[in-house]
Amino acid sequence: MQNNEVYKDINEDLKWAQINKDVLKSMENPRKGYWISVAVCLFLISFAVVGEVYQYNVGMGAANLNWPHMWDLYIATFIFWIGMSHAGTLLSAILHIMNADWRKPIYRFAEAMTTFSLMTAGLFPMIHLGRLWNMYWVLPYLTDRGIWPNFRSPLVWDAFAISTYLTSSALFLFIGMIPDLAICRDNARGWRKKLYTALSLGWRGDDRQWRNFRRTYLIMACFLIPLAVSVHSIVSSDFAMSIMPGWAVTSFPPYFVAGALYSGCAAIITLFILLRYYFRWEEYMTIAILEKTAKLTFAIAMVWTYLNLIEFASVWYGHSAADKEVLLAKFFGPYAPFFWGMIFCGSVVPFALAFEKLRRHLPTMMVVSILLNLGMWLERWMIVTPTLSLSYHPIAHDVMWPSWVQWFIVAGSFGWFGLLFLVFVKVFPSVSMYECKEMVLHRRELANKEISPVMANNPGGGAPATGVSSKSPGVEGS
Amino acid sequence: MSLSNLIDDWSRYRKGREEGGFHDYEHMWGMSIDLNKCIGCNACSVACYAENNLAVVGKEKFEKGQGMHWLRVERYWDEPDLGEERTSEFQQHGASFLPMMCQQCNAATCEPVCPVAATYHTPDGLNAQVYNRCIGSRYCSNNCPFRLRYFNFWSYYEDSWPAPLQMQLNPDISVRDMGVMEKCTFCVQRIRTVKDTARMEDRKVRDGEVQTACSQTCPTGAIEFGDMLGMYDPETGVAETRVTKMWRKHQVELGKTKQNKQTPEMRGYRVFEFLNTDPCVMYLDRVREV
Repeated sequence: MQNNEVYKDINEDLKWAQINKDVLKSMENPRKGYWISVAVCLFLISFAVVGEVYQYNVGMGAANLNWPHMWDLYIATFIFWIGMSHAGTLLSAILHIMNADWRKPIYRFAEAMTTFSLMTAGLFPMIHLGRLWNMYWVLPYLTDRGIWPNFRSPLVWDAFAISTYLTSSALFLFIGMIPDLAICRDNARGWRKKLYTALSLGWRGDDRQWRNFRRTYLIMACFLIPLAVSVHSIVSSDFAMSIMPGWAVTSFPPYFVAGALYSGCAAIITLFILLRYYFRWEEYMTIAILEKTAKLTFAIAMVWTYLNLIEFASVWYGHSAADKEVLLAKFFGPYAPFFWGMIFCGSVVPFALAFEKLRRHLPTMMVVSILLNLGMWLERWMIVTPTLSLSYHPIAHDVMWPSWVQWFIVAGSFGWFGLLFLVFVKVFPSVSMYECKEMVLHRRELANKEISPVMANNPGGGAPATGVSSKSPGVEGS
Repeated sequence: MSLSNLIDDWSRYRKGREEGGFHDYEHMWGMSIDLNKCIGCNACSVACYAENNLAVVGKEKFEKGQGMHWLRVERYWDEPDLGEERTSEFQQHGASFLPMMCQQCNAATCEPVCPVAATYHTPDGLNAQVYNRCIGSRYCSNNCPFRLRYFNFWSYYEDSWPAPLQMQLNPDISVRDMGVMEKCTFCVQRIRTVKDTARMEDRKVRDGEVQTACSQTCPTGAIEFGDMLGMYDPETGVAETRVTKMWRKHQVELGKTKQNKQTPEMRGYRVFEFLNTDPCVMYLDRVREV
């Protein structure tokens, strides 16, 4: 393809000092747009706070839950956020092990997305509890009463899985950031100086440090991959371990993992475009990388569609009356608009990603990625609710729509996630500087170009890149 | 401590399942409900409200599906037959009634899913609910195929029993607060009282000594309640109880997914037997002229 010359993953002539400068610039004092975004997020959060305070005081009935609709949007949104967290691990750990170096400029914010969406997801099981103040009872802590949680319950597995995943992914995010934090330290003043000095753990960029760092990072990546897969399998066992028609589906663990990667990739595309636009990061978040992410998303979308079809087929040939009834209710029942919306957003819209022209068109990609995520959110809702409204017992067939409290809290969760992310991009480098430098080196090696020109300090009279780290980033280790 | 309890429970559970019996159980409370006798008067339900301090939630919340009827008398209407003769069975037969209370399944689906073990199986064969332990994750209700678990969506205390109505609450059982799951207990407070009396008098619990509020109230005697252990272990000398006799007569056995009935005209069945939850409540099918 002739276009390949134009669409490169990264510009090979990008100077290292320039990379430092560009990324550090993103952490400077925010502009007006940033504060507007923060205000929007806070506004959304205030909705959730109002809803939650009301619900906490009067009871779960405020959320319009009823018998048999014991769960609703809270659990659906919980799965949605957990799912979104998986793409960060996909990019940073799985692609790291597979040596796909195009991930390098974009994995940092994807990992931050992982951590923050987990922090958002973790709130929902608490919000949905009838007695929120006793939520710590699901953890095995020592107590005089000698009571342990019920280890057979998938909800307890959830608590373990999510706390493990949150800890490890936050640790992974932090470890991967250490060399960059050292660069920030060398350029910062004031409270930032103190913060980065503490966080960079005395990083000097010497040989031993790089070797240990590489090893730790690899081990963490290897640890995180099975963890991520198991976390969403465990979340799926909330349903798969039950006895209910439409929930007790054997293919749920892979189905959930595929859905998780799917929504996560779509969210990465959304954030990719936003960051590229806001920080003018055309050099790092290139169209070529966007295309690769889009292709990956398309592949996952097809896996998801396939697993969806498998589920329908297995229900159909299983000849269980109750299962069939739930499936038909999804197709034609009161939830049909949402179900077909999910099929449209999840299985039809991704075909836009199959066209090169659309993949390279940013506004289209923005719309597509948001639609994909809408579809994935609907998918979770369509897993939770139709089963509840149509279970085995005919007397308990009922349709109930969520109240404003649920919608407020769901909307607020997006604000909460957005706020965490906005804070992150201003406090931490959301593009991995040292790995971009590595990438430039590799590309130059492949193109048989000299390495020294990009490593020189003082590019075009700009500010000196770094003091200590001028010789550090990426050289010795890679 | 707790871990050993856990292992003990597990081994007992495994043993019980493998041997197909409940040998180390003290009692096995069960029911037999004759739908031929049920006239759908809802007296059992009312008695249950009175006995178990059930919240009266009011019309609005009840219609929203937030009612707390531990025992509900379900009505199933015959489909109007619009065949050639254009007659409707609906008119002729009216509704069939099905009183549903917690089926006290021996392999209860609600038990393993509770994150805090607030619902568990007692050595009486009861499916117990510990209100104080419940954190309100509501998974048990979602996983109950009979949908027999009810959640306190609101705080019902003030509305349900405005003063001086709180004086009529049953002191033997707690009033549940907001955010807690509850369900039929087979009137566990009555069972405890009778068991304590029997222990004081150093004897075994007699058949018919424990009566649940519903079986006591039923005007036609459709609901039989009693201990069923004698059915499984005749060597212990426990005489067959009325419930056991009913179960044997109608050839329904505990611990079976499918009953091998010698005489299929016997009316006994258990609800959703194919789900293998092994309920302790047997229903006798209604026989009608068609």
